[in-house]
Amino acid sequence: MRHNGSYSADSRISWVEWLPWLAGIAAFFLLPDFLSLGARILVYVMYALSLDLVVGYAGIVTLGHSAFFGFGAYIAGILAARLGWTDPLIQLVFAVAGAGVLGLVTGAVILRTRGLTLLMLTLAIASILLEIANKATGLTGGADGLSGVTIAPIFGLFRFDMFGKTAYWMCLVALFTSWWIVRRVIYSPFGASLVGIRENFVRMSAIGSPVYGRLLSVYVLSAALAGAAGALITQTNQFVGLNVLSFESSGELLVMLILGGVGRIYGAFVGPVFYMIAQDQLAKQFPEYWSMGIGLLLVVIVMFARDGVLGILDRVIAFVRRRRQPAS
Amino acid sequence: MQEFIASVVSVAFHGTAYGMILYVISVGLSVTMGLMGFANLAHGVFAMAGGYVLTTAMDRFGIPFPVSLAIAFGLVAAASVVLERALYARLYTAGELAQVLFTIGLIFIAAAVARLIYGTLQQPVHLPEYMKGQFSLLGRDFPTYRVFIIAFGAVMVAALWFGVERTRFGAMVRAAVDNRGMAQSIGIDTQRLFMLTFALGSGLAGLGGALGAEIIAVEPSYPFEHLVYFLIVVAVGGLGTLRGPFIAALVIGIADTAIKYWVPQFGAFLIYVATIGLLLWRPAGLSGRTA
Amino acid sequence: MKIHSWRARAGACRSRLRACVLAASAVALLAAAATAAADQVVKVGFITTYSGPMATLGDEMDKAVRLYMKLHADRLPPGVRVELVVRDDGGPSPDKAKQLAQELIVRDRVQILAGMVWTPSAIALAPLTAEAKVPFVIMNAGGSVITTLSPYIVRTSFTLWQSAFPMGEWAARKYKHAYIAVSDFAAGHDSEAAFEKGFTGGGGEIVGRVRMPLANPDFVPFMQRVKDARPDVLFSFIPGGPQATQIMKAFGDLELAKAGIQFVGTGDIVTDEQLPFMGDVPIGVITAHHYSVAGDRPANKAFLEAWRNEYGDKSIPDFLSVASWDGMDAIYYAVRELKGNMDPDRTIAVLKTYRNPDSPRGPIAIDPETRDIVQNEYIRETRKVNGRLENVEIDTIPNVHDKWKELNNKK
Repeated sequence: MRHNGSYSADSRISWVEWLPWLAGIAAFFLLPDFLSLGARILVYVMYALSLDLVVGYAGIVTLGHSAFFGFGAYIAGILAARLGWTDPLIQLVFAVAGAGVLGLVTGAVILRTRGLTLLMLTLAIASILLEIANKATGLTGGADGLSGVTIAPIFGLFRFDMFGKTAYWMCLVALFTSWWIVRRVIYSPFGASLVGIRENFVRMSAIGSPVYGRLLSVYVLSAALAGAAGALITQTNQFVGLNVLSFESSGELLVMLILGGVGRIYGAFVGPVFYMIAQDQLAKQFPEYWSMGIGLLLVVIVMFARDGVLGILDRVIAFVRRRRQPAS
Repeated sequence: MQEFIASVVSVAFHGTAYGMILYVISVGLSVTMGLMGFANLAHGVFAMAGGYVLTTAMDRFGIPFPVSLAIAFGLVAAASVVLERALYARLYTAGELAQVLFTIGLIFIAAAVARLIYGTLQQPVHLPEYMKGQFSLLGRDFPTYRVFIIAFGAVMVAALWFGVERTRFGAMVRAAVDNRGMAQSIGIDTQRLFMLTFALGSGLAGLGGALGAEIIAVEPSYPFEHLVYFLIVVAVGGLGTLRGPFIAALVIGIADTAIKYWVPQFGAFLIYVATIGLLLWRPAGLSGRTA
Repeated sequence: MKIHSWRARAGACRSRLRACVLAASAVALLAAAATAAADQVVKVGFITTYSGPMATLGDEMDKAVRLYMKLHADRLPPGVRVELVVRDDGGPSPDKAKQLAQELIVRDRVQILAGMVWTPSAIALAPLTAEAKVPFVIMNAGGSVITTLSPYIVRTSFTLWQSAFPMGEWAARKYKHAYIAVSDFAAGHDSEAAFEKGFTGGGGEIVGRVRMPLANPDFVPFMQRVKDARPDVLFSFIPGGPQATQIMKAFGDLELAKAGIQFVGTGDIVTDEQLPFMGDVPIGVITAHHYSVAGDRPANKAFLEAWRNEYGDKSIPDFLSVASWDGMDAIYYAVRELKGNMDPDRTIAVLKTYRNPDSPRGPIAIDPETRDIVQNEYIRETRKVNGRLENVEIDTIPNVHDKWKELNNKK
């Protein structure tokens, strides 16, 4: 799964990269009824971005990323509903910190393993969090979920209403910040070493690269981002339930990322947008066919288009460029 | 004190039955993962398919129970061969992520197909008369069917271990798991070996799913729901081995039942913590070998 | 195409302007004509469970609603149409239900919300109904607290306290030691508290309790635990539908009845459409509920006949169907009273006055203080009648309000 974004590539932001943000701002004015959906899409882009860091760049295959997302989501929810700390920015800070710490603790423990053992451990950790959330009903509401999540207006001015206007802006700004951070990380020597670790673990260790430390750092960063995304989804929905920790949601996220293209920043943008819009329109009519379609899509992508939509786009562009050049 | 002993016996019994089912289903996964290093998360699909075949054969076609079990085994094994040749074989060198994604895709497809054909409800299992009722042993009553499961499971386990230890086929499998390159160089056709082992493992999963249809409900979300336990059995037991997963399956079965019985407010939390602990202590599993 | 001279540009503009004005007036005329010819539409957003393991519950509700609409189209004021917008919540998924409700309100602009199987989902979307001022007619979710969460919620189904509390009182007359095993979610907790209050109030003792997982549980270990505790009576609540058959099966497999344990519960453990799958195990089970298919009254016979005519002899309605049927009746009542102008506050005011002495389940009314349903509760015994299992009503408790609200002075 190769792409152009890497240390050697030009790290200045090209004009094309500003388009998504313009589209995001335009959507606010053009689609006022869909802002709730829009905010959720933005959250999932952020979540996918965090997953891309570990899976795409660092090569850590994890099925338990929902642990960080869910942890952040519940932190925000519990602060609001149980402690009455309704300021959204405070919730966000705590969610980021909490998820980061969780990432540090779990990563320190599991990143020494590889392969199936690592996969299993990520699953086990996510399962533990799910069980805790399920059973500690006093804290989390259990299967009923946590209602009574009130979010105070940001700066006392912007209310979180049912139309999702404030939520949308908050998610857009948060996503922008994350994108900025991720971009800096990728286009840096650190980012290059991650790609090296992914491509050839043994050789990187042989040249003295602090592999474990690097993996742990990116894992913590990714966990913190996922935690932030989780807090945002709680604030957008003004509710948090067990589904944020479920395997279905982890699996769905992987699908979204693969769809867009793993190992590239904009894969995390394209995938969730396509997936969630399609889901919004199609899944309601035909829930069975929807999940079958997702399964088929996954199989087809793995077989034929492992780079996802952006990979296909790359190939099309390369093809067109070749056609344009005179045969020599 | 009497009551405590009674409940311990009860938990041990039900737990062993559950553990046997887990083992029969997961042993195939252990061998195939050990043999080809392929992360087949969709193994639960074969177990689910076995369950559906059993209930369809018995309810729709009126086929007697033992024959239906055999059909579940055979049909799922055959179907797995087709899948293996057509799809799995292309991904042996594709890397872990691709394999994980592919198998997740299979789970989605299988679940959707099951929903479309059978609906979302759990399949009711209508056991033959001689399997119903209670069985008296040492002054206690045990459900007959679960006694049967334990007995059948024990026989199965013995047959498997015998097969692997004593037959030529078993020797070839052990050789290929230990060192595939070496095995190939002495003339073992590992491709064919894998195909047969895959078929056997998947067939066993189907049999386990059919046998355990009472304990583990046969419904479309089956592969997702029980994936974790199958993987734990294999990871904790050790890839490519038979004994490790057996111990792991029994421990998980009994622990899960004990927890549900005595401390249901904890749920499976303890099992997951134990899994993490065990995997950190022995990353290759109880009887696995580090590469 | 570049227009260089000022005059040419002005001329072009003017002709374009003329074209625009013509087009706009044509559109306006058409729109006016269209709205004049169109009916006034009352959009009802219907959220229930159409997929997943609990899909039978949504199916029962959907069938009832559509049958009602089909048979009562003539009871709407002239020029008024009721349009159903359905959404699937996939099961007890409060976040999804909330999302669907938000979309129905903001995107589809429904005037009334209806349906709702699950208590936790109803709780999650209650604040939305208050913020958006959208009346919400609950056609199943039985958690007592729901109607207190928003002034726009009306319920035509039941509360767990209405059935579990009298069940406890009734059981205490014959039995002394009870074990409680309920599903671990809001409705389960309600039923547990209600039964306990009734049972201990009548002099009984609770010898043990356990909460079972909501999703796909294996009931056998729990039934084993019950058997080992040796109570005289077991009270259970599970979400109706396929889980009823499973718990009944576990009860039968472990031979709890032979061990002398009487099984009681709310009607959810013997839902009418599941009875055919339960074998003989439920015979002798006593339950308290507000509706049984075997209820002997003319309105019920008419309802069953209409149901069978539409959906065939094999199809069996249950309490969710009746609640949905009555819920639509309440909505139609409001539509008639308000002639299709469903102002939210006036809709609620009208709904508070709804009563129906002739529902398939007996006389019902909405309590104007609590906006919750008042109805008869029946003690039923499951018997084999003419070769089929039925819940035969053996006792009636009239005009039951929600006890929880009474005990806690809540409105």
